[in-house]
Amino acid sequence: MNLTIPDILFGLFAVVSLLCGVIVVYSRNIVHSGFALLGTFAGVAGLYGLLSMTFLAAAQILVYVGGVLIVILFAIMLTRGIENTGQSNPSRGVLPATILGVIAAALLIYVAVTFPWQVKTPAEIEASVPPLGNALLGAYVVPFEALSLLLLAALVGAVMLVRKEIKSDEEEVKS
Amino acid sequence: MTLTIGLPAFLVVAALLFVLGMICVLTRRNAIGLLMGVELILNSANINLVAFARYVENGISGQVFALFVIVLAAAEAAIAMAIVLAIYRSYKNIDVNLTVNLKE
Repeated sequence: MNLTIPDILFGLFAVVSLLCGVIVVYSRNIVHSGFALLGTFAGVAGLYGLLSMTFLAAAQILVYVGGVLIVILFAIMLTRGIENTGQSNPSRGVLPATILGVIAAALLIYVAVTFPWQVKTPAEIEASVPPLGNALLGAYVVPFEALSLLLLAALVGAVMLVRKEIKSDEEEVKS
Repeated sequence: MTLTIGLPAFLVVAALLFVLGMICVLTRRNAIGLLMGVELILNSANINLVAFARYVENGISGQVFALFVIVLAAAEAAIAMAIVLAIYRSYKNIDVNLTVNLKE
């Protein structure tokens, strides 16, 4: 079996994302978990790139690493005191969950490897952005608009959730 | 210079990532740690969508739905963090086992 450079890259990305995933799950320090999530997101972005989904890889980096991860790290810093890093991310029932996970993984991998997928010969590597844009504003325009509405609602909702408490604090100060 | 490994390799990576996320959701007591598990699960689902779009379906819909999942994950993270901060303000703690007022 000849290993090409993309194959080696696939192995690299897969190992990085899975090892960082293990750190996310088993680390006792929530800050370590948060930073290991960066490796997982970056590895998954690399996998998208290998599948020639370049726009998705860029979106993964921009949205997950640039957005979701920053929000998570901010939440870590705003809630749990960083001074308590020894046991800031407690787990319960790690061993039974791990056993369950191993069983589930064995089952899923068995299905993934043995099922006769109808694999077509992969299409030529092509720029994925123009067809994606056409699809988003053509066949998928209604879900696309619904999604933009959802993002607006999430933004307003997040502001409302956090603002309510500040307002009640001010009222307490006044009274 | 093409990828010689096929669809099952990607599915195996996605399955392992999903299982890791599942263990994380099952065991974590810190609400933020729990959310990290949810992110892992969403990422594994996305790998599946993209791999099937490349190898089986050869169309655009897999990519579109992967993109939708990414956007939904971002919205979910924003809302969840706002809720976590609100819980932290009232409980001074985000341990999910301590916030059980409705149960009592």
